[in-house]
Amino acid sequence: MEKEINKKTLTQLAEGLRQGQFSSEELTQYYLERIDLFNGKINAFITVTREEAIQQARAADKALAAGKSGPLTGVPIAHKDIFCTRGIKTSCGSKMLDNFISPYDATVVKRLKDAGAIMVGKTNMDEFAMGSSNETSFYGPVHNPWDHDRVPGGSSGGSAAAVASKLVSAATGTDTGGSIRQPAAFSGVTGVKPTYGRVSRYGMVAFASSLDQAGTLTQTAEDAALLLESMAGFDRRDSTSLNEPVPAYYDAIHEPWQNLTIGVPDNFFDEGLDPDNAQAVKDALKIFEKLGAKIKDVHLDHLDLSVPVYYVVAPAEASSNLSRFDGVRFGHRSKNVKNLNEFYMQTRGEGFGAEVKRRILTGTYVLSAGYYDAYYLQAQKVRKLISNEFMRIFSEVDLLAGPTTPTPAFKIGQKTDNPVEMYLNDIYTIGAPLAGLPALSVPCGLVQGLPVGLQLIATHLDEARLLKAAHYFQKETDWHLHIPPGYDERER
Amino acid sequence: MSLTREDVQKLCVLARLEITPDEMADVLAKLSDIVGLVSQLEAEDTTDVVPMAHPLDQTQKLRSDQITETDEHQLYQKNAPLVEKDLYLVPKVIE
Repeated sequence: MEKEINKKTLTQLAEGLRQGQFSSEELTQYYLERIDLFNGKINAFITVTREEAIQQARAADKALAAGKSGPLTGVPIAHKDIFCTRGIKTSCGSKMLDNFISPYDATVVKRLKDAGAIMVGKTNMDEFAMGSSNETSFYGPVHNPWDHDRVPGGSSGGSAAAVASKLVSAATGTDTGGSIRQPAAFSGVTGVKPTYGRVSRYGMVAFASSLDQAGTLTQTAEDAALLLESMAGFDRRDSTSLNEPVPAYYDAIHEPWQNLTIGVPDNFFDEGLDPDNAQAVKDALKIFEKLGAKIKDVHLDHLDLSVPVYYVVAPAEASSNLSRFDGVRFGHRSKNVKNLNEFYMQTRGEGFGAEVKRRILTGTYVLSAGYYDAYYLQAQKVRKLISNEFMRIFSEVDLLAGPTTPTPAFKIGQKTDNPVEMYLNDIYTIGAPLAGLPALSVPCGLVQGLPVGLQLIATHLDEARLLKAAHYFQKETDWHLHIPPGYDERER
Repeated sequence: MSLTREDVQKLCVLARLEITPDEMADVLAKLSDIVGLVSQLEAEDTTDVVPMAHPLDQTQKLRSDQITETDEHQLYQKNAPLVEKDLYLVPKVIE
């Protein structure tokens, strides 16, 4: 087995397998060993699927030998524990589903399996994807590999930390208000949230159905293009799935550079943004200027209202979606109860953690008689204003760019006593899902030894342009190649 | 805007969600903060704005009424806490 496999990207590993530089079994074993060595430090995995992974790897080696390989044959990846995996625990980071063995595969899981990817495990996450720090998980917080006292971001914190520390070369995630891009920024990886409906939500435990979208956490935009090509596309099992052809993303990002106009919202740089974080983003914009892009100042009039809109719409949908957890058909069930009402209340009271309870109650409040018009309906109207504003701006620019987060990763425990402060941290990432837009975060610097992200947002279904811009940025920079101290191969 | 203990108790009944007496003070304080945050929406003029139903303005698709799934209730019921004769058991509903 050659040295420094951990420095290889998903794309390079897939190529190495096809060329016979190493076998899938060797590669899978390598990553399982890294998980054994390092997962204790960061708690990125809830379940490691060792035996299944080795079996799949052996099958992949046979397929490779027979020349019957797919684009991802033999490459080990991980799935966020929000995706249903047949015969394997799917907890969604909750005590409620601690005993849930999924009877079927999510479409994302099935498609990546069909493309040849090997699943090595299920990654830790905020409970039901509700959180921005991975601290609400029933399985304990994930630690940021760049500084173990800090959060990796959330809710796809386990996936981000696992890719950052090279416990796996790529992982799936989901993004409702920033849950792929924010942990990608905090952990120093590339995180892509596609257009709403681009990737099937079938078998993805529902949080806020009008916002939820599956995506990728990888080292590079090239890797994301490779993965997304296998994940995306119409699925008759998801009624909100878009019936649109999937472009060849991997080929598209390697086409020659075409000049772009990049809009930069001036109010993304207001006083809430850490000055060093701001500088890293400004330096990144200079790279695009060097490539020939035109930078144009724009303004998002409703930016400040995006957080309130989100924290009405998302909890409202969550309160409805999470009503299915009733202790009858699956999941946690309370014991020693006298009547049905008590049974429901205790089951749910015991099975859900504090943040999930807050969101269910918030959602119940904004949907309840007398408050529906003032909160839920008003939020859906302001959401329309936000969406219209993005559409107007995208008639003048090709992409929007700015910071992914206001600061680098904060300390574990720093914001847990103040949910509103935690929510306001999502200000830059919430707009894209409210308008259903594709967006990504790429590493663009280190601030006091911690990664920060550049966010790019595109118009609907323009993932190819988004990924291509990120790929060209990564050809000019090396921020995506940094490995957190202590996770290099020679330090094993 | 701040909520009362009674407001939270009513929400708990509507949501079928038990909050223990120990949790109440914390839930009340944090929920009041969250309601304060989302109350910022009230000031925005949304006259004549049509509420957003779908980010890409799609409408619900229809499919033909055909059986596409097979009966796998035994597999599904492996996850059920209590099953008898293929039926899910719940506490007694009618006294």
